Amino acid sequence: MSAPLLTIEDVAVELPTPRGNLRAVDHVDLSLEAGRTLGIVGESGCGKTMLSRAVLQLLPKKAKLTGRVMFDGQDLVRLDSERLRSLRGRDLAVVFQDPMTSLNPVLTIGTQLMETIQEHLELDAPAARKRSIELLAAVGIPAPEQRLTQYPHQCSGGMRQRIAIAIALSCEPKLLIADEPTTALDVTIQAQILDLLAREQRRRHMAMIIITHDLGVVAGRADEVAVMYAGRVVERAPTQELFKRMHMPYTEALLAAIPKLDTAPHTPLPAISGRPPDPTRPLKGCSFAPRCRYAAGRCHEAKPELKGAEMPDHLYACFHPIQMTEGIGA
Amino acid sequence: MMQLAMPAEPLLNVDNLVVEYGLGNKTVHAVSGVSLQVARGETLGLVGESGCGKSTLGRAVLQLRRAKSGRVLFDGEDLTAMEGEALRKMRRRVQLIFQDPIASLNPRRRIGDIVAEPLIIAGVKDAAERKRRVHEVLSAVGLDPDIVAGRLPHEFSGGQCQRICIARSLVLNPEFIVCDEPVSALDVSIRAQILNLLEEMKTRFGLTLLFIAHDLAVVKAVSDRVAVMYLGRLCEVGPSEQLFAKPAHPYTDLLLQAIPVPDPDVRPVESVATGEPPSPIAPPSGCRFRTRCPRADQRCSAEIPELREVAPGQFAACHHPLA
Ligand SMILES: Nc1ncnc2c1ncn2[C@@H]1O[C@H](COP(=O)(O)OP(=O)(O)OP(=O)(O)O)[C@@H](O)[C@H]1O
Ligand SMILES: Nc1ncnc2c1ncn2[C@@H]1O[C@H](COP(=O)(O)OP(=O)(O)OP(=O)(O)O)[C@@H](O)[C@H]1O
Ligand code: SF4
Ligand code: SF4
Ligand SMILES: [Mg+2]
Ligand SMILES: [Mg+2]
Repeated sequence: MSAPLLTIEDVAVELPTPRGNLRAVDHVDLSLEAGRTLGIVGESGCGKTMLSRAVLQLLPKKAKLTGRVMFDGQDLVRLDSERLRSLRGRDLAVVFQDPMTSLNPVLTIGTQLMETIQEHLELDAPAARKRSIELLAAVGIPAPEQRLTQYPHQCSGGMRQRIAIAIALSCEPKLLIADEPTTALDVTIQAQILDLLAREQRRRHMAMIIITHDLGVVAGRADEVAVMYAGRVVERAPTQELFKRMHMPYTEALLAAIPKLDTAPHTPLPAISGRPPDPTRPLKGCSFAPRCRYAAGRCHEAKPELKGAEMPDHLYACFHPIQMTEGIGA
Repeated sequence: MMQLAMPAEPLLNVDNLVVEYGLGNKTVHAVSGVSLQVARGETLGLVGESGCGKSTLGRAVLQLRRAKSGRVLFDGEDLTAMEGEALRKMRRRVQLIFQDPIASLNPRRRIGDIVAEPLIIAGVKDAAERKRRVHEVLSAVGLDPDIVAGRLPHEFSGGQCQRICIARSLVLNPEFIVCDEPVSALDVSIRAQILNLLEEMKTRFGLTLLFIAHDLAVVKAVSDRVAVMYLGRLCEVGPSEQLFAKPAHPYTDLLLQAIPVPDPDVRPVESVATGEPPSPIAPPSGCRFRTRCPRADQRCSAEIPELREVAPGQFAACHHPLA
């Protein structure tokens, strides 16, 4: 095993709100090696975006961040803004759910691509233009030369996401963070974009974090999966291992609640009752306890730690882990 | 060939419906000659990619958008020919649930009043009777009327707001509900709760549903039959299990293949580089799917494929259906 490219150590993010402090990320540890894909899954509001923003050092101003984010040998939390800016967009790139977050509506696609390239790489205008065309072709944009002179609003949602990916890839990043890159897209376009990301990752030996609420998206595409709930990582394992032996009742419930194509119509879905706890009112015990059908005794009193038992790389935070040998039970 | 397993008189019969929008001096061909039937007590799922005309079709059925041509027969009566009082009366029997539950609730009104509103519009004057109905439907959707009736929408989560919307749609005792992406904006765990609730309400109140969604697995979970739409036209319609097991239309097949399966042993098939749907302002001639179809040939650009029965109860609009 090579040294990890990214190590997130004990990262916590707190946001002041009128209702009190909101703990968006609650002491998370993660690591990722070059060339590997980490999937982060969890319901809306569980802290996926805040965690990725902590890595990118793009948190809201009032946010309080603690812990370390070691990237390529340096702690991003302690890096000055000048160094950070040159890292972001170059070694550290990001693709958001809404491509318009990263695209400028008043600049042509060509200008935006070339600006990014010239900001980070020493290329003259013709070379930058040539590279822009190559990149657009690589992400599957037909007639890339003509696209250069167009504005984002002249493209479909899928095209815009491809362009955002082209910009993110333009300086050969070592790590790409994709925050719900396909959630806003149709299923046929989603498949194309996910394939594109996977292909570019292999080709560039890039590390990638895919954030999604869809276990289906990570199942076929991530090497390792981290499941988040209420700001914490509650289970983490290599993908195959996770789907074969889920230990965390939350992961199991999340998978069971998804409608499956091979289930007969009108089969009641095993829904999770209730909803996640209010992040400004942390619970004393396990944050899943009010919704967990295995909750008992200690679960309401103490926080289970994230730890591995029989498998060192399969971590879970649960007092009463479920032991399954094959797929999902219940 | 076998007879269609459909009672003589479907509750809803959409016949060759055409709906268009003007866009500057151009025309958006949103729904171009769609015909479908929904039997009493049945759930028909309607799927297709963004912009293919699902919402437009749903709204045209309810006469919230008037069709350019074609007919919408509800319980034998033509809604497209109705106006004024007759249409208002009919509207009590059909309801709509939207995708964005929070946006479809007036933020300044109390839940009790929101749910009672259709009763007031329908002229139910007896306040006690209104209160009784509101309590009944709120309880039915799993909310405690005494706790929620006096509160405002912002005090509720997306899932709870969708429950309130469902309660509101049930308050007039409708026979038919168009559910337009009712769970698309909800989290996986909440989604399952709402799908189960819709199923329960359907049985309990004997409803007939047109269930619109872009997620095939969601649609399959609740639908007896499924209709697949592409760029304003119907591609395929058939019993859910059969359609998913043996799609006949290449577009249905593409949709099914693109779904990510939550199982790491199922490797995602490398997506066919089929590009994106063309604009409904200038749809392709012949078969509208031909620009992305791996089976397309000369005939596909010259001739519009009609819906034909390819298996008992399963119809596909394709010149070269999958075996
Ligand atoms: N700017 C902000 N100020 C205060 N609280 C915020 C802010 N942004 C997010 N939060 C809160 O922080 C928590 C984590 O949010 P985050 O956006 O990371 O969730 P997420 O997992 O990305 O959800 P989604 O799937 O909806 O994108 C949530 O409780 C959210 O309400
Ligand atoms: N008011 C309008 N004016 C002009 N064009 C419209 C209008 N409403 C919808 N359209 C267009 O009509 C077509 C069909 O839209 P519709 O909303 O019915 O699609 P949909 O299948 O419901 O899509 P989605 O899955 O995104 O909800 C689209 O091309 C859309 O842009
Ligand atoms: S610790 Fe207890 S409440 Fe939490 S997931 Fe495990 S069994 Fe459930
Ligand atoms: S009619 Fe032709 S283009 Fe259309 S779906 Fe069938 S084979 Fe494809
Ligand atoms: Mg997010
Ligand atoms: Mg719609």
